[in-house]
Amino acid sequence: MSLTDVQLKNLETKANDIRMSILEMLVAAGSGHTAGPMGMADIFTALYFHILNHDPKNPEWVNRDRLILSNGHIVPVRYATMAHAGYFPVTELNTLRKFGSRLQGHPERHALPGLENTSGPLGSGLSQASGIALGLRMDANSLKLSGASALFPKPHVYCLMSDGELDEGNSWEAIMFAGNRKLSNLTAIIDRNNIQIDGMTEDIMPLEPLADKWRAFNWHVIEIDGHNFTDIIDAVNQAKAIIEKPTVIIAHTIPGKGITEIEGDYKWHGVPPSKDQAEAWLKGLRTLGGKIEGGHLD
Amino acid sequence: MLYKTLKLNTEDQKATRDGFGVGLVEAGKSDERIVALTADLKESTRVEAFAQEFPDRFFEMGVAEQNLVTVASGLANYGKVPFVTSYATFSPGRNLEQIRTTVCINDVPVKIIGCHAGLTVGPDGATHQALEDIAIMRVLPNMTVVVPCDTEEARKATLTLAMTNKPAYLRLGRDKTPSITTSETSFELGKGYYAFETDSADVTIIACGALVYNAIIAAEELGSQGINVDVINMHTIKPLDRDIIISAAKKTGAIVTAEEHQITGGLGSAVAEVLAEEYPVPIEFIGVRNQFGQSGTPAELMKFYKLDSESIKGAIHDVLRRKG
Ligand SMILES: Cc1ncc(C[n+]2csc(CCOP(=O)(O)OP(=O)(O)O)c2C)c(N)n1
Ligand SMILES: [Mg+2]
Repeated sequence: MSLTDVQLKNLETKANDIRMSILEMLVAAGSGHTAGPMGMADIFTALYFHILNHDPKNPEWVNRDRLILSNGHIVPVRYATMAHAGYFPVTELNTLRKFGSRLQGHPERHALPGLENTSGPLGSGLSQASGIALGLRMDANSLKLSGASALFPKPHVYCLMSDGELDEGNSWEAIMFAGNRKLSNLTAIIDRNNIQIDGMTEDIMPLEPLADKWRAFNWHVIEIDGHNFTDIIDAVNQAKAIIEKPTVIIAHTIPGKGITEIEGDYKWHGVPPSKDQAEAWLKGLRTLGGKIEGGHLD
Repeated sequence: MLYKTLKLNTEDQKATRDGFGVGLVEAGKSDERIVALTADLKESTRVEAFAQEFPDRFFEMGVAEQNLVTVASGLANYGKVPFVTSYATFSPGRNLEQIRTTVCINDVPVKIIGCHAGLTVGPDGATHQALEDIAIMRVLPNMTVVVPCDTEEARKATLTLAMTNKPAYLRLGRDKTPSITTSETSFELGKGYYAFETDSADVTIIACGALVYNAIIAAEELGSQGINVDVINMHTIKPLDRDIIISAAKKTGAIVTAEEHQITGGLGSAVAEVLAEEYPVPIEFIGVRNQFGQSGTPAELMKFYKLDSESIKGAIHDVLRRKG
């Protein structure tokens, strides 16, 4: 099941397009978060374009995998990826954070089909995901789900979380619960970008040794480079193969990934680029950092 | 007429959180028991200046509002006066029970600073727009609740709350707003005052926070059309100034309340509780009606949820019709 060169190339191109969309939508909105969404573009691309069992034309499909976003402030990357995957027109991305838009500043379950859950207030996503995973497991043998189970695996629940929200007690309550209940149909993916609002996570409230903490709570732990598609996809496959525990994938990412000027800088957590900055950065992305001439999108 | 020490100023606008930041440093200088804690929101809750001035009296708690307020209750139990800052949706939103037990039943002087309250946090959307914080704080015994109308009032409220030996909630906004009060205006906890007063008023608006300005504008505009309107700035929701409410009802016989909050449980409810008991008169409520907020500019949202001065004027016409 490893990626062919063509598949890899396609995913890379897609992630690049999504990064461009993120910058464009943030500029149009005039507010919002830059670092997290840019850093998670590869993982979202891998999920929506390779991993998830989903149907953009039928977001309520009962056998769909569930993608729960816990750190709601990075929702621009989810909106951009969903638009590119065909959930809604890419042009709608420019309504982000505007009055009357389906693309609310933080995700709301009923605002846009396919969003699954409401978040923004940190630390409650893993509990929501655990409840869904538990419900799916309770009903795994019911008629509704078994009809499709020969063709499709049991719906899997993915919970995307941030490292900053591991400061919340609620997160650890969920970690303990899912470990206790052996929710093997649940995979948490942590955006381990080492930043939060007030600084670096290890200065504000140290999380390390993070993998050991999850292991101690009865989770299977995988650490990956969150910008390496092969890593991401292999880790998810391994997570699905582990049936006695939930799995956490600690994805080491670079906040602001793709824009050298802002990579790694926590000050870009919650501000959008200016129009001029975005123009320059978009040019860089369009030419893949000068690697190609003209740009593949023009 | 505008009260003598007030001056409406739409230039050089500041947010109430700015006044809090300045006030906290002043309070910290005169009382070394004062400490500050934040939950990963140092800059936007304006506690940064205090942290720089008094690094040994500042604690970064990470994104952990329950621990934030509970550790503060321990510090207060010991003898410190902690100010804890976050956004209102998270503190007092997330940590209500901890506030109830460890701050209010313990009856210790923890000062809960809820920033970015109300709709005017704008594009962040419903999850970040606290519209129930006044209700959940004013229902707690021992708690004081203050909603300043501008940056200067927020500064003075901070200084005053620093000196009470009681739990307190200070509700602050993100957005810059016009200033109303001046350095001459006094701030007395638990005492509302007439921000705008006419001789033979037909109706009284009782407002708090950013809506005091909208109420004054509505009163001025209606005054030129021959409708006389008084405006009371009710900066303290708890303990509530019952006397001024009752005397206003006796004077005009018609009340409009105005707040950037759910009608249920907020200032309007508090005023209605007093008048139902003491002196029933028609009341109209300006506030959010059982809805969540949404993304948009503060101005768009104030208009959509009918909190702007046009809507206040509409409520005045309505209440005057009912008064007959
Ligand atoms: C319960 C709660 N408290 C506070 C906040 C404000 N807030 C938004 S993001 C954030 C922390 C950022 O850390 P992380 O989630 O790792 O974000 P990153 O910068 O890596 O995207 C905070 C404190 C919040 N959204 N929810
Ligand atoms: Mg982070």
